[in-house]
Amino acid sequence: MLDFITRLFSRESPGSKSIAKERLRLVLVHDRANVSPQLLQLLRADLIQVISNYMEIDEENLDVSLEKYEDQVALVANIPVKRMKRVASS
Amino acid sequence: MSEVIVVTSGKGGVGKTTVTANIGCGLAMMGHKVALIDADTGLRNLDVVLGLENRIVYDLTDVIAGNCRLRQALIKDKRYEGLHLLPTAQTKDKSAVQPEHMISLSEELRDLFDYVILDCPAGIEQGFKSAIAAAEKAIVVTTPEVAAIRDADRVIGLLESSGLNDPKVIINRMRTKMVDRGDMMSIEDILDILGIELLGVIPDDEQIIVGTNRGEPIVGNDESLSGKAFRNIVMRILGEPVPLLNLEPNQGFFLKLKKIIGFK
Ligand SMILES: Nc1ncnc2c1ncn2[C@@H]1O[C@H](COP(=O)(O)OP(=O)(O)OP(=O)(O)O)[C@@H](O)[C@H]1O
Ligand SMILES: [Mg+2]
Repeated sequence: MLDFITRLFSRESPGSKSIAKERLRLVLVHDRANVSPQLLQLLRADLIQVISNYMEIDEENLDVSLEKYEDQVALVANIPVKRMKRVASS
Repeated sequence: MSEVIVVTSGKGGVGKTTVTANIGCGLAMMGHKVALIDADTGLRNLDVVLGLENRIVYDLTDVIAGNCRLRQALIKDKRYEGLHLLPTAQTKDKSAVQPEHMISLSEELRDLFDYVILDCPAGIEQGFKSAIAAAEKAIVVTTPEVAAIRDADRVIGLLESSGLNDPKVIINRMRTKMVDRGDMMSIEDILDILGIELLGVIPDDEQIIVGTNRGEPIVGNDESLSGKAFRNIVMRILGEPVPLLNLEPNQGFFLKLKKIIGFK
């Protein structure tokens, strides 16, 4: 019943608002990252610190970037591993 | 105890000057002493929106150049006791006003007034930088559109990195009917994206244009919805927690039904 009422009052297509919101969300991911390139630098430093607890990595060739796909933005990190640490299981 | 507030937006034409004029008149109506500074040098507008364009003798750039005293350049509004305008030059360019000029002007004005409000130019160049340098609080105006919100986001970043923390947003030209049919971003959508606090929402209202035509800001009009929205904003600036206005007083039956059954 509720479903019927819902269908009765909603339009078939979702309206341009959701398109606007989604486009805005994506564009702001890029704007904010571009405005402060330090952001990615800081993230990179933090990543190195955390990952070094578990493995030895090639910091020189570590690459962190934002990549844009059709309808999403992904944080892509390429982190060459030199050696795994021996972590005692608790 | 006086406050220096900058009204800014990034994108042009979203309503900075309208907001500045209405907040200024509204604060004066509540008995406060207010100075409005037109910081949009080269494209002065605030004087016409306030209906004071015929009374300008000196302007901001004359004060800076030392051609007159600050008090000589201030225009006293005859309708609103306590309201004053410091106009800017129409014929000079924005570089005539440097950040340090704005800072010393507003320091001087803050001793004479309860509120000093700066109407920013569009953009993020010299005029914007000079205006924000002088302020201690910021209001960001946006409309419910992608480009305006994007620019607002950029401006919020710039304000925060120059020490103007937690700016408040005014959403202008809201059209409830479009929101209801899913064709305009809602207040919640916009706040969610920008992540800052709301100061108020102004409906898209042709009475605002009528008021601007006459040089009479809408805040003084008791009947209009947008006037009420501006008066609420003024109360919030004064520290009163006023609830958000229902922007659609005569909604249709179906809309009400939608709300009753909790369907958005
Ligand atoms: N809520 C509203 N409803 C209808 N018209 C509006 C509303 N707000 C502003 N306007 C109209 O929009 C136009 C632009 O407004 P305004 O001059 O205040 O913008 P601005 O941000 O100061 O522009 P600029 O960037 O050029 O300085 C004006 O004609 C004004 O009357
Ligand atoms: Mg303006």
